[in-house]
Amino acid sequence: MAQDASTSARGDLILRNLTKTFGDFVAVDDLSLTIAKGSFFALLGPSGCGKTTTLRMIAGLEEPTSGSIHVGTTDITDMRPYQRPVNTVFQNYALFPHLSIYENIAFGLRRRGISNDLIKEQVDKVLNLVELPQLAQRKPGQLSGGQQQRIAVARAIVNRPALLLLDEPLGALDLKLRRQMQIELKWIQTEIGITFVHVTHDQEEAMTMADTIAVMNNGKIEQMGSPDDLYDSPKTAFVANFLGQSNLIPGTVSGNDGDNLIVDLHGNKIAMPKRRSSATGASILAGIRPEKFRIAPEGKGATGNVLTGGVVSDISYIGVSTQYQVEMPWGKELMVFEQNDDDSDFLKKGEKVVLSWEPMFTFGLDGSQDASAGAH
Amino acid sequence: MRSVKRWASKNLIRIYAFLAFTYIFIPIIYTIAFSFNDGGKSNLTWKGFTLKNWANPCAAPEICTALGNSLKIGLTSTIFATILGTLIAFALGRYHFKGRSSTNLLIFLPMATPEIVLGASLLTMFIGLGVDTGFVTTIIAHIMFCISFVVVTVKARIASLDPRLEQAAMDLYANEWQTFRRVTLPLVAPGIAAAALLAFSLSFDDFIITNFTIGTEITFPKFVYTSAIRGVPAQANVIGAAMFFIALAIVIVGQVLASKRKSKLS
Repeated sequence: MAQDASTSARGDLILRNLTKTFGDFVAVDDLSLTIAKGSFFALLGPSGCGKTTTLRMIAGLEEPTSGSIHVGTTDITDMRPYQRPVNTVFQNYALFPHLSIYENIAFGLRRRGISNDLIKEQVDKVLNLVELPQLAQRKPGQLSGGQQQRIAVARAIVNRPALLLLDEPLGALDLKLRRQMQIELKWIQTEIGITFVHVTHDQEEAMTMADTIAVMNNGKIEQMGSPDDLYDSPKTAFVANFLGQSNLIPGTVSGNDGDNLIVDLHGNKIAMPKRRSSATGASILAGIRPEKFRIAPEGKGATGNVLTGGVVSDISYIGVSTQYQVEMPWGKELMVFEQNDDDSDFLKKGEKVVLSWEPMFTFGLDGSQDASAGAH
Repeated sequence: MRSVKRWASKNLIRIYAFLAFTYIFIPIIYTIAFSFNDGGKSNLTWKGFTLKNWANPCAAPEICTALGNSLKIGLTSTIFATILGTLIAFALGRYHFKGRSSTNLLIFLPMATPEIVLGASLLTMFIGLGVDTGFVTTIIAHIMFCISFVVVTVKARIASLDPRLEQAAMDLYANEWQTFRRVTLPLVAPGIAAAALLAFSLSFDDFIITNFTIGTEITFPKFVYTSAIRGVPAQANVIGAAMFFIALAIVIVGQVLASKRKSKLS
């Protein structure tokens, strides 16, 4: 029988050198990670990056090839799933179709031998928390996707686990419902203060909900940090491209100017804050987010860093902004998002333009990487 | 001309359905009707309506002994075949082991082998081993051919079971046994019940293999077969009709309960 999860094993989740191989394939590669108690943590990455395998190892549904998992000081590496102070919200909810909603939620409590009165109290409480008390006697098949999702969360959190694992919990919902559930899940997490570990491939979902995001690729963590930290200071081309969009332009460091590096981008000298560069050698990728560019017809005044000789090759108008593809003289296209916040005329396809931006918005990455890694 | 076409397109499917059902049901209706025939020993021609066959179904000599034997064999075979078959189905449906695919194939063999061949082989085997034929040998034979059907039926149900449900149960503090008892078994139960009904009807109904393995004992199908030479008594129709009505009642009760549960919930 499992110990009472609410009183035992308080503390952080600690993964040490966790590795999982399937035959020759390394799904999770020597992963070490500490997730602070009470945080909303997202494991973000493309499919096959090892994030779900990591989650399943924490839940006990997959056995690590090597490494260890601790919750606080308790080693849970070799515990059976039902012995762990961990509950999971499964991708397709996995509600028991033969049991009522009430019995679904009571399932974990019953297994732990809690009295009927206490079970009723706790199930009612959690049904109120997810705002579905009227559905207690229904069967899962009679609920909408959004309702099933909330019941799946209720069934897990009613047990007050030290850790709640969410495996792409919003993947099956439509966009509008997904947005709503993102806010709701975040609210529930704040309300009950349980550590949430959320696996997703949706960068927007991760950024909306999580305090800390770990971007995973090929079984390793590429970078970990707060959403704004990752967005503003990506350390690898993969992170720069996977979290939002980035223009990564290869160049060479040609000098110093106070706090700035001077970088040569195909003949254009630009400045970049030294503290924002993670490149060590002379070869560098200069990164600029599309919304940081200013775009103007050739000959108009441009300040800060300037790239000349661009030609508009494609325009898409999407309401709040206009997205331009600009072909540069060196043959690559750059992406520019321009807010539609003034009445200046739209640029036309084929028009010659000049791109400029403030030097402080430039970040630098090691030049040896593939500039298109992780691009959508 | 057009109106004829329209009439045909509207009603052709109904006529076809009516004919199809007539084709299926005529033998059953015939059986039921002749259970009320005042035909005496041979029940070949209609001689007038009577309830006396229904009032005393055991009137024909040995018929109720035969029926009792068939029920005994049927129930025993069903219990064993269902338990063994369900276990095999779980092994095949849930676990990967060496020889799984060939086991999958081999389990079909008794279904594909002609019964007459099975029956004759069983008889030679039992004689060769010096075992007296009778109830035990018949039950062994029935379990043997019922198992395949149970395995196939239960396995289909297991295959449609989402493994994440069991993982969810384990995640919610249910150990292996509790997971099986609270989640797996209730979800597979309809398949097991269907398999048991199928096994019983196969066993109760079987004549060919039974005829080889039963020795001097008598079962209901064997009774009907042997009495066919002299004329099947109307009591056989009574028992046949009664079996039909019982089966029908089970189906109707099942349907009503299912729809009641549905309407209560929604």
